Amino acid sequence: RDFNERCAQCSEVNWGLTDGGRYYCRSCHNVTERTREVVNTDFMTNSRVQTISKGLKQQEKNDGGCEWYICEGFQLVLKKQVEALEALGVCPQMKDEILCNFWRCYLQKSKQAYCKRPAGETVKTLSVCESSTDVDSDPERPSLLHLLSLSESEGDLQTDCSFASSVSKVSESTSVYSGSVDGSLYLVENQKEKLRMTMPMTLSFCYMALLWVREPITLSELLRFVVEGHIPYLNVFQHFPEKMKLCGLDLKIFCVESWPVYEEVFNKMHELAAFLDLPRFPDITESCFLHPDMLCMKYLMEANLPDELHNWTCRVVKKIGIGEVDFLTLTPGNKSTRKVKYDVLAAAVIVVVLKLLFLLDDHYEWLLSEFAEERNKNNTEVCTFYSGGPYFEFKKWYEVVKHSLDLEQKKLDEERAKYLWRCEKPLFYSVKNKSKVLKRRQMVMNLQNQFGKLSGSVQRAEKPNPSSFQLSWSEEKTNGSCFHGHSLKGVLQAKRGLLTAMNPDYWLCTVKLCNENLCGHLAHYREVEFPQSYHFVLGLFSFLLRIQPSYIHDEVCMIEHKLFDKKLCKKLKYNTVLRK
Amino acid sequence: CSNEHKLNFRKSKEACLSYIQDALLQKQWKRAAEFLTCYVESLEKDYSREHIGPSEMIWRIGSEILWHHSQSSMKEFNCFMEQMKTLGVKRYLKVCLEHAFHLLCNGQIDEAYQHLSLAESWRFGEQTAIQDKEMKLIQAYRGLLDYCSWSKQKNILLEHGEDGFSDLAVEQEMHGYFRKAAVNLKEIIKIPGVWDIFVKCYVDLLEFYGDHNEARQVLNEYAYNSKFPANPNAHVYLYQFLKRQGESKKSLISALKILHDIVPSHELMIDFNTMLQKSKKRKKRQLGLEVIFAALDYAGWKENAKAWSCLARQVKQTVISEKHLDWIKQEWNSRKDWWPAFHFSRYLAKRNWQENKSLSYEKALVAGILLGKDCKYFKYVSHQGCKAQLKRFRMLKKFVNRHNAVCLRISG
Repeated sequence: RDFNERCAQCSEVNWGLTDGGRYYCRSCHNVTERTREVVNTDFMTNSRVQTISKGLKQQEKNDGGCEWYICEGFQLVLKKQVEALEALGVCPQMKDEILCNFWRCYLQKSKQAYCKRPAGETVKTLSVCESSTDVDSDPERPSLLHLLSLSESEGDLQTDCSFASSVSKVSESTSVYSGSVDGSLYLVENQKEKLRMTMPMTLSFCYMALLWVREPITLSELLRFVVEGHIPYLNVFQHFPEKMKLCGLDLKIFCVESWPVYEEVFNKMHELAAFLDLPRFPDITESCFLHPDMLCMKYLMEANLPDELHNWTCRVVKKIGIGEVDFLTLTPGNKSTRKVKYDVLAAAVIVVVLKLLFLLDDHYEWLLSEFAEERNKNNTEVCTFYSGGPYFEFKKWYEVVKHSLDLEQKKLDEERAKYLWRCEKPLFYSVKNKSKVLKRRQMVMNLQNQFGKLSGSVQRAEKPNPSSFQLSWSEEKTNGSCFHGHSLKGVLQAKRGLLTAMNPDYWLCTVKLCNENLCGHLAHYREVEFPQSYHFVLGLFSFLLRIQPSYIHDEVCMIEHKLFDKKLCKKLKYNTVLRK
Repeated sequence: CSNEHKLNFRKSKEACLSYIQDALLQKQWKRAAEFLTCYVESLEKDYSREHIGPSEMIWRIGSEILWHHSQSSMKEFNCFMEQMKTLGVKRYLKVCLEHAFHLLCNGQIDEAYQHLSLAESWRFGEQTAIQDKEMKLIQAYRGLLDYCSWSKQKNILLEHGEDGFSDLAVEQEMHGYFRKAAVNLKEIIKIPGVWDIFVKCYVDLLEFYGDHNEARQVLNEYAYNSKFPANPNAHVYLYQFLKRQGESKKSLISALKILHDIVPSHELMIDFNTMLQKSKKRKKRQLGLEVIFAALDYAGWKENAKAWSCLARQVKQTVISEKHLDWIKQEWNSRKDWWPAFHFSRYLAKRNWQENKSLSYEKALVAGILLGKDCKYFKYVSHQGCKAQLKRFRMLKKFVNRHNAVCLRISG
């Protein structure tokens, strides 16, 4: 565009840019050696991004706007997110080294494949296409960069938009457009290879970086921080600079109306890691926070369970080998190993341990509890002090935890119902409905004002400080509501010098595991089919991790099958109780 | 509450609405307001596919809260309604109408009138035609308020008339209101519907000005036009009008006939029975019996002494004349299984005797005839009555004893 020389071949001044960044003449397709670099320090952090010139007549940008690309927007989002993580105490290398590199790698990998290939239209300038010099191009894969001057009729925005609208089913086709340069293209059906950027994927990036640096933040915690507002996600676009006007199809890309789902972010992260051809991640060893031994300790505390249980979780972890470095460390692209959900895994281990010790069949655990209660009544305080805490009573624990859990769940439900999704910055789909949008916005604010005053003295609670623990139990309280120091004496017995569980039985959640690739789960959890105690325990961790109980159930099944591997080889009847 | 993990905007707002609903049902206005504050941002989202959109929700919920909340004032309410009017053009007239209702409930008749007049003058392209029904309603209610003004003027006039003053200005005003009211009321009652109050007022106007023909036509239409929903009141109004006009018993009876069919427990059944009993036509008298029996089937009539006296009279007549016993038998057939427990238990005998001697007298008469002298009710009441040395009870006892054979034939 800024290039005004006459073409050597045809003397025309009609230039476009190849994806290699070289100018070429649109009239005769003569490629020059002149390249164009975009150095736009406003948005980019010193990365050299090859831009694709559309050669399109831009919408009049006399409103102070500028041209911007979708990926620039995402870059901003990531920047904000990682800054927030830094504020939470994550190491600064994450921003400057790790995430930055991941992002650059992504840009390179995806730019190669970033294109629009409408069905039926002949690929005109294919011959001129050259793959980006930075990245190896797969000779098999056709040079996909398809210049947008394919809409040769002056490449007017109209055609692009009507095309985009027919694909993305936007109604107001004539007035739909995007503030960004390539918004409409972004929503066009892309092939799987390209791994198009989405808002949930920004969190995948964050998680991936966190995992690389082995920060003590699990994915469930990360997502919780997002929901609690400590990490920008919803309405993060309001931090875009003024010049980056967001409208039309941009909204579809950047405005989210749902909270990210664990599975989605998790799976995308793995896809991403493979896409970027990353090597094996740094080792997750026993001293890492993400190691099941560590996480179990944390969750045991949070679940108000006795510290003694930690011995048992460690034993289970060791027995089935899920504490091994090779098992825990991520190797992208390795399809044979099961992807590890560290938080869910740790929670599932605790569930299994509880089943081992208490059976959780709606009978035995209450029996044990009565037994413990008796013992506790007979003991004096001095006795308990010396013998390491009172006997752990399942019943008491259940009552205390259920009470708190119900309270917290109720609070959470109300918070969700009261959640405000809209942000200060009003959004318009198109200039046409701008005035309508502003009017509505004004009305909403008036109404919020009016009814807000009638809400009484209810103050909108300040954002609580981000906390790693959602439930906390204090040993100082003398009402006995903290079970950390309680003893498992009542459920253990000494056998051949080893402490084993008194409970001789165990029931499997499922005798046969499903094929995860086929039906997405290892097992299918239905509340009615399982004991209530089991459901309660699943529910507890489900609340803490903010995921569906069925995911924890899946991991429990997986652990059980590893644990009782040999016994399962002998074909057993469904739901038979096992002798350990 | 649900453990829903896939949370999105829509689900969050649905949950918000259910909290609002709970709060409203428990009259917790502050809490409802709190959640409504969070809900209103739904306005910025497109809900065109939903049956009831957020703007309607907010209008309805908001008006409820503002109406009941202790800290809310009429001023705030009005302000809110004005905002709601701008929210949805398709609902504009409805909101205006409801606003007017609220003003009327608050006693602000003049303001209500102004609002209705303003709404009447509203035009908005094709919406005007689409919202035609609402427009008619608005005009009708304005007409109603005109009627109220007319009524006021009329009363003033009558007062002055008594004092010997004649007030031309008041009269003129009165006529003015009449014209305005009549025009609108006439329009609305043309449309099939339930328009009790409009009909009443319109008829009142017509009667005052002596247009009885028109009044009769209106009432007939209202009662008999099959397009209009079945409405007992229509028949009541017609009957009352005919009575005022001094119409023949025949037309009065025919007016009440349908009322009996629709609402056998209507209070006018006593009048109806009274007229029918006196009729020369046999069929009418039989109908009379039917009517009074049917009315007494209803619990609300159990202690209606007048009704019992009607039945008693008719039954007594029949027994004395010994003609048409089969009528009583027919009526009694379907009732002999349950009326004894329903009306003539010993407990009721005691209670009726204690509370209302006339009632017990009439009932005892009926019981004695239908069930014979040995029935609990009759025995108790007549015994008590004789003990109390009340003459009519002695007469009653004698009467039933004398006609016992006939009574047995009935109870057969």
